[in-house]
Amino acid sequence: MRKFIKLASTCLSMPTENIDTDQIIPARFLKTTERKGLGKYLFYNWRGKHFDESIHRGKKILIAGNNFGCGSSREHAVWALMDFGFEAVISSSYGDIFYNNSLKNGFLPVILKAGEIQKIFNLIEQNPKVNLTIDLQKQTVVAYPLLFSFPIDSFRKNCLLKGVDELGYILSYEKEITRYELSPQSLNIL
Amino acid sequence: MKPKTLFKKIWDNHLVVTGKNSPSIIYIDTHYIHEVTSPQAFENLRKKGLKVRRPDLTYATCDHNVSTTDQKTIRDLLSKKQVEQLVKNCQDYKIKFYGLDSPYQGIVHVIGPELGITQPGKTIVCGDSHTSTHGAFGCLAFGIGTTEVEQVLASQCLIQNPMKTMEIKIDGKLGLGVTAKDIILATLANIGKSGGTGHCIEYTGEVIRNIDMESRMTICNMSIEGGARAGMIAPDQTTFDYLSERKFVSKGRNFEKLTREWINLTSDKGAHFDKIVKIDGNKIEPLITWGTDPASGIRVNDKIPDPKKVATGSARQTMEKAIAYMNLKPGMKLEGFPITHVFIGSCTNARISDLRAAAKIVNGKKVKNNVTAWVVPGSRQVKLQAEKENLDKIFTSAGFEWRWSGCSACIAMNDDKIPSGKYCVSTSNRNYEGRQGPGSRTFIASPIMAAAAALEGKITDVRKYL
Repeated sequence: MRKFIKLASTCLSMPTENIDTDQIIPARFLKTTERKGLGKYLFYNWRGKHFDESIHRGKKILIAGNNFGCGSSREHAVWALMDFGFEAVISSSYGDIFYNNSLKNGFLPVILKAGEIQKIFNLIEQNPKVNLTIDLQKQTVVAYPLLFSFPIDSFRKNCLLKGVDELGYILSYEKEITRYELSPQSLNIL
Repeated sequence: MKPKTLFKKIWDNHLVVTGKNSPSIIYIDTHYIHEVTSPQAFENLRKKGLKVRRPDLTYATCDHNVSTTDQKTIRDLLSKKQVEQLVKNCQDYKIKFYGLDSPYQGIVHVIGPELGITQPGKTIVCGDSHTSTHGAFGCLAFGIGTTEVEQVLASQCLIQNPMKTMEIKIDGKLGLGVTAKDIILATLANIGKSGGTGHCIEYTGEVIRNIDMESRMTICNMSIEGGARAGMIAPDQTTFDYLSERKFVSKGRNFEKLTREWINLTSDKGAHFDKIVKIDGNKIEPLITWGTDPASGIRVNDKIPDPKKVATGSARQTMEKAIAYMNLKPGMKLEGFPITHVFIGSCTNARISDLRAAAKIVNGKKVKNNVTAWVVPGSRQVKLQAEKENLDKIFTSAGFEWRWSGCSACIAMNDDKIPSGKYCVSTSNRNYEGRQGPGSRTFIASPIMAAAAALEGKITDVRKYL
């Protein structure tokens, strides 16, 4: 998995709440057997309205209203954001599955309080070229003169900092898995 | 012993590694897969030289992008490739596949319970957010992403932190024309679209005890629309009666032994929930959504809220955007609002009882001449049963199209799309912008509300037909 340590970039601001994964990538673009090349479908239905590719190309951080990535389980949403060039998203809450999917791809979903996010929205409105710095080790977002801290599970943080392969981690417990499968507790005893 | 919630009982029983400073590793009993979210997982298995650990616990079907008019030919080449890839993956890894050649093909969340694969006490996952459906049987069932699909294929395990728990207690007696769909729409309107985030919901109370399994599935199905990855209902005699004699369920004495274990799958008296919500079932009425999120259910006589009066900041902006997208006005009522499409289908509402209820409304009447109305049964078994009961004839003679099973216009990955700018009353689960096709506008309601709308060509209160 891709590592995430520190990121500084300008920021795409989307103050809409509940941006669901159908908006991030509409279902008709899920007819693929690959992970790559989905960036061209990012916010496809919003292009020319709420999303302008030529302006936002090169921005690596997306900041959005609460409940970002709600809805469907499609990991394609994360792949599309990453393929377009985003490396992190900031919101006050996320759809659970989207949040999980992000962490499994080295894409950082930062959680800030709604009031803090509003301050960043305001800052970007005044100066669209303002740079944000996300430091995972310190768990901070800096948008001068603002500085906010964000929470993240220590296990997940460590996985992101080191780029740990989760499947490898699970398979390192092979003995425990087999023991479970042989135990009376298992509903599918081998 | 400390009283436990149903969630905690199932969780504890599936711990392979108990996390202390790290998440736990839990065992997955049943893994459902379909054509859209699995190809990249198999691709990685091949790259890494890994096998499927428990093909015997893995079940596949194709549902998302199959045609509902002619299931022998998939015209879209990309869809065809996805389905063919699934066929190959199932052959290579010896996974049971209920594909287009099988009498059991259908929407994954319809066929799992129908075949009796879904059973109380299990952990169940699928690369689909509506996996919460299976919780209706007292399972811990939740949607996962493709990386997790790969992890479950390879290890039959997932890295998880325990979810928070939330009890939604619905007591009282249901009124005329109130269905499971109205119960869940009322619940969503109460908790909001992210009220369940991070939680596993357990639905309890008199109303839940008195409804049938298919109704319970409808409710658990839409838990995710409130942000909850999992929804569950403790199993009881209704559950056992449904499961008895199903294909994958043990028979005779073994079944009786199972039911004796399953009956203990309840939340103990005094068990702690992180959140408790009480809903008065007596007050629930038939609902329909006006906006672009499933928590926007209102009665047909209610006024569409005015964002300027009820919201501020980004909440107001979001509401204004929804009203603009739907091309509605604050203060207007939905009753009498003209529609041109009706979709009866999806993993939420395409089971036999849904079709029976809708057929009863439609029987002997005609669909309004400018309305396109589809019935898409949830599975081939549902379709077959409906045809045995002549429901297909009731629908087709009224002017509905009678289709083959699949996800269809709920996700509009196949040809079943609502045209841009058109309005559809749909029994599906999401009214997001463009969900039923680019520019489509969706009103979510129950099968009987949808059937009534088809007859009148406008949104109407179904109760006048009852």
